[in-house]
Amino acid sequence: MSLKRLWIIFNARNREFFRDRAAFGWNFLFPFLIIAGFGIIFGGKSYTEYKVGLFPFERGALAVQNDAVPEGLRNMRYLKFIEFPTLNEGMEKLKHHKIDFLLKIGSRPYEYYISESSPKGYVLEQMFKASLIPPDIKTNALKKEIQGRAIRYIDWLFPGILAMNMMFSALWGVGYVVVRYRKNGVLKRLKVTPLNALEYLAAQALSRIFLLMFTLVIVWTGCNLFFSFRVVGSYLDLLIVFFLGSLSLTALGLVLASRGTSEEFTTGILNFISWPMMFLSEVWFSLEGAPQWVKQVAQIFPLTHILKAAREIMHDGAGLRDVGMEIAILSVMTLAFLTLGASMFSWNE
Amino acid sequence: MIPLLEVRNLVKTYKNVTAVNGVSFSVGQGVCFGLLGPNGAGKTTTIEVIEDVILATSGEILYKGKPRSASFTDEVGIQFQSTALLSFLTVRETLKTFQSLYRKTSSIDDLVSVCHLTDFQNQYNDKISGGQRQRFLLALALVNQPDLLFLDEPSTGLDPQARRNLWDLIQQIKTEGKTIILTTHYMEEAQHLCDEIAIMDYGKIIAHDTPKELIKLHNPGMTVILSKDRIKVSPDRLSLPYREVKDSIEILTDDVNSCLNLLMSYDTDLSDLSIRSPNLETVFLNLTGRQLRE
Repeated sequence: MSLKRLWIIFNARNREFFRDRAAFGWNFLFPFLIIAGFGIIFGGKSYTEYKVGLFPFERGALAVQNDAVPEGLRNMRYLKFIEFPTLNEGMEKLKHHKIDFLLKIGSRPYEYYISESSPKGYVLEQMFKASLIPPDIKTNALKKEIQGRAIRYIDWLFPGILAMNMMFSALWGVGYVVVRYRKNGVLKRLKVTPLNALEYLAAQALSRIFLLMFTLVIVWTGCNLFFSFRVVGSYLDLLIVFFLGSLSLTALGLVLASRGTSEEFTTGILNFISWPMMFLSEVWFSLEGAPQWVKQVAQIFPLTHILKAAREIMHDGAGLRDVGMEIAILSVMTLAFLTLGASMFSWNE
Repeated sequence: MIPLLEVRNLVKTYKNVTAVNGVSFSVGQGVCFGLLGPNGAGKTTTIEVIEDVILATSGEILYKGKPRSASFTDEVGIQFQSTALLSFLTVRETLKTFQSLYRKTSSIDDLVSVCHLTDFQNQYNDKISGGQRQRFLLALALVNQPDLLFLDEPSTGLDPQARRNLWDLIQQIKTEGKTIILTTHYMEEAQHLCDEIAIMDYGKIIAHDTPKELIKLHNPGMTVILSKDRIKVSPDRLSLPYREVKDSIEILTDDVNSCLNLLMSYDTDLSDLSIRSPNLETVFLNLTGRQLRE
């Protein structure tokens, strides 16, 4: 193995990445836009919101502010009131689950509509009924709050977005690009030089890992200026986890890149892997409460382990030893993917 | 003296198709060896097996008298029929990248000068014209000062002027004593550049010699060409070998004067007459009954 040749191909690939301004810009812009979007739209809070429709609504009247809505319900948090001129218009939205609850205002007793199949509708029904009970007959309960600084939804989401960006960049930047090179003859041209497969693959992988880590640092710094993320654990531990994550995802990219000349087929395979990985690795939502088999399936994805370790370090102050299992799993996955990718690799088939 | 390259009974099959069927030849040091044949004859497959791009089904390839070793890639230069290169690199950067992969190398400035790349050396390699691209690919093939140079249809798709320029460049490389294996389906190119020619058809070599000897050995004589509608008599009555090619009649003769006198005696209109000297095209036509670019 010649380090000189590896360095040359590493540099050539980096140049390609940095000079392709559209792809380069998008790698930074994509995670930033998602984080900024969530920050602006939801103010950093969880996106769970209950939508209550009110009817009949006359233009100029502010139904929510008068006593047409029970006070208890009116003062509840995370409810959004949406007004409709007629029952039919409200029902149309309720049927299509665009609102969760529909309430007729201005008459007693209250009339309300819910969809029997809507869990949110059921919860709102219970909240609505509770709001009708006079305060003096309510049973007292003691409220206890989480001690310390609360984890905002955007804090929880942020590592997920970064890791998701890593996943797409690693799988497409290696898997798709190498297949394209094979199809258009770049690999064939390189094959007839003294460069060997190991040098080529190592250069591809190292270049991608370098770019992933570079992007991670820039995006983190940029987003942190706006959202001031709090890292309870060590930044170094977090960096190590993300580094190992980028290694495992890049190695997975190498497996996908090892064979094939059809870009369409590779796109299909990449989608087949990346979409379930994105949804089951808790990038967007927790799998808490999901069926056990779904949780078990999620364990096959490197992204699941990257996120578990990163969130534990970031939010709970875990150290590398605490996330040792995730690190071990990611290491084994990386080794397995690298072995598989290198053994299957072909320059022209 | 041991030939630089020796190919023995090379066979390459793909499922039910035999692309190369028992090809044998050898190429001496400093020779420009041409593989000539129509599209699909097996030329590219033959040289890609020799280049070690694809595996042979059977046969033996010896380089400097020995089976090819790891150093083979260090000592050969290759220009593929079509190839893409790394994006977003300039011509000069691409040359430097490839140069760094080899032990023995040419100077980039020399390559830029010899292959006339000066004007566009700082352009991205996917932003240059067809003729510039072929010269650039030739420079890439020369980046390691190769002992053996493979050129696979280097002038395909070029306009006549760009083709001539490329021929001049290859001639210049020849004068440096490099051994060249060139595939082409342009008989004029082969005749112009090659010291030895092997004519391939259906995966086999059907003739192999110097261009002069091939023409001499398979000399069909001069060819008198006329439009069919100019001849007032059935060609059979001329008692000369002939063939019909599209709207023309091609009459083969060793004595052009007698042939013309005969045609005139039948009141033939000679206003669009043309006469062709024996060349590789007619040799190929003679050997296979097909034209090179059919």
